[in-house]
Amino acid sequence: MTQSCDVLVIGGGPAGIAAASRAAEAGARTMVVDEGASPGGQIWRPKLTGHQPSVARQWLARLAASEATVSPRTTVVDLQVSAPRSFIVRAERSGIPTIIGARALVLATGARERFLPFPGWTLPNVFGIGGAQALLKSGTRFDGKRVVIAGTGPLLLPVAASLSAAGAKLLVVAEQSSRARVARFAAGLWNAPATLAQAARYRAGFFGAPYSMNSWVVRAEGDDRLRRVVVRVGTETRTLECDALCTGYGLVPNTELARLLGCVMRGSVVFVDADQSTSTDGVYCAGEPTGVAGVDSAIAEGQVAGLAAAGRASDAAPLRRVVSRRAAHGRGLDRAFALRPEIHTLAASDTIVCRCEDVRLGQLDRGWSARQGKLYTRAGMGPCQGRICGPALECLMGWSADSVRPPVFPARVRTLSSPAKTGDSAETSERNHDAPA
Amino acid sequence: MSETVAITIDAAEHHVAPGISVASALLNASVASFRRSRGGDARAPLCGMGVCQECRVTIDGAAHQRACMVTVAEGMRIVTATSAEP
Ligand SMILES: Cc1cc2nc3c(=O)[nH]c(=O)nc-3n(C[C@H](O)[C@H](O)[C@H](O)COP(=O)(O)OP(=O)(O)OC[C@H]3O[C@@H](n4cnc5c(N)ncnc54)[C@H](O)[C@@H]3O)c2cc1C
Ligand code: FES
Repeated sequence: MTQSCDVLVIGGGPAGIAAASRAAEAGARTMVVDEGASPGGQIWRPKLTGHQPSVARQWLARLAASEATVSPRTTVVDLQVSAPRSFIVRAERSGIPTIIGARALVLATGARERFLPFPGWTLPNVFGIGGAQALLKSGTRFDGKRVVIAGTGPLLLPVAASLSAAGAKLLVVAEQSSRARVARFAAGLWNAPATLAQAARYRAGFFGAPYSMNSWVVRAEGDDRLRRVVVRVGTETRTLECDALCTGYGLVPNTELARLLGCVMRGSVVFVDADQSTSTDGVYCAGEPTGVAGVDSAIAEGQVAGLAAAGRASDAAPLRRVVSRRAAHGRGLDRAFALRPEIHTLAASDTIVCRCEDVRLGQLDRGWSARQGKLYTRAGMGPCQGRICGPALECLMGWSADSVRPPVFPARVRTLSSPAKTGDSAETSERNHDAPA
Repeated sequence: MSETVAITIDAAEHHVAPGISVASALLNASVASFRRSRGGDARAPLCGMGVCQECRVTIDGAAHQRACMVTVAEGMRIVTATSAEP
């Protein structure tokens, strides 16, 4: 199927919703695609129970009232510039290949969690911190479960609050950073449901579980699933029998599509100007890929990007101040949650670092590049395309991200072959590990 | 809309809440081994958001589907690595 539009927004989180609403309201034929079953992204994804924050309801209603076409369950796997300000985007909609032509793109692909390997982290029931929250929202039951949360960053407290509200028994919330005050302050700024965030802020040990600074998970143990974790709490080492461990070390922006288009990067984030325009003409970027700074920033950037992509950048002036203020806040978060050295030494030589290909730390050589690691061990060449091990190996080995190749998600051969071909037989083989050139 | 959705997980019938993800249905049914790693170890969801690919199962005959990104549907047949166990 081939479709076309003026502005294609990739990602339907807060940034993408704001971008698509503003672009459509400005008169551009706008489409927004997202992998999820409905728009919302990481924090506005509809919950099965409970209420959405009012800002989420307002923006979802605004998007629905606009002329923008919303295409859920649609994963973009490849895109290219076909002519100046003309793009061809390949996607799978519920597994069916789709091609979308667009004159401008807004990349609003959000962020994922950073995981750092430690012994036992591959056991079932070891989840991400945001991962547990996403699973909870999609119906996973945590009631009566003994849960340990260990990692870093502003996600810990809101997720602790929602798991606790869902009936989980929190054994400890371990924050590796030493700065309790900063952590609590930052957690308050993030969008935890207001009352829960307050509870978390005002009570030192909340929901019966200690919130421990200078604390981290040392290893996880179990058989076919997690049975216990060993945590370092302050100066003590404790073994806790538990049913689930939630761990994560901050967020990593999803920049694969921008890098595929050759957009200039600034460190690990996509470089944009005051109009959210990338270095590639006609390509805009908003939200977490330009720097992790939370939901308010994502909404403001999305609006600027949507207006600019629709040719109405001049209307965006009042929003730009919000953007720069929020970006400064994001940089503050990075400093508050810098990783302590112990976290880098948790993985043993037989600890799996690349989960897709079962590559162990001891198989890798510090002297290699990420590219060599791929060539010699296949680390980073499995179906997740290095999204999980890449940021981990950047921390552990100092390897900077390798270049991106399509498809950015596992895709059917048919999705990637030329649009002219019709009548392909049902093709089920996956092409997801490209040989490094 | 009916109150529950009937699905099969490794040939056993389960009644689950409508609207939940396949990953949630499996976790609530205490499935630990969604897939087996290259080395043969049990793997289950990590990221919950479509990135890590650890939650892949066979859904209605289609292999390698990310359980965390698919919503349960009446009559859905899910096959995990658990059923391939000796
Ligand atoms: C796991 C997790 C939990 C979080 N929890 C909180 C929280 O509790 N409170 C808080 O304030 N902030 C939270 N954040 C931060 C949050 O990401 C931002 O505050 C806000 O959601 C950013 O909005 P966004 O639009 O930039 O990105 P997102 O909300 O992440 O939206 C990006 C969207 O793009 C889609 N996408 C990505 N790649 C593709 C592709 N190739 N094809 C199609 N669609 C694609 C994704 O499915 C996603 O829906 C969390 C982040 C993560 C990763
Ligand atoms: S849990 Fe990571 S992709 Fe489904």
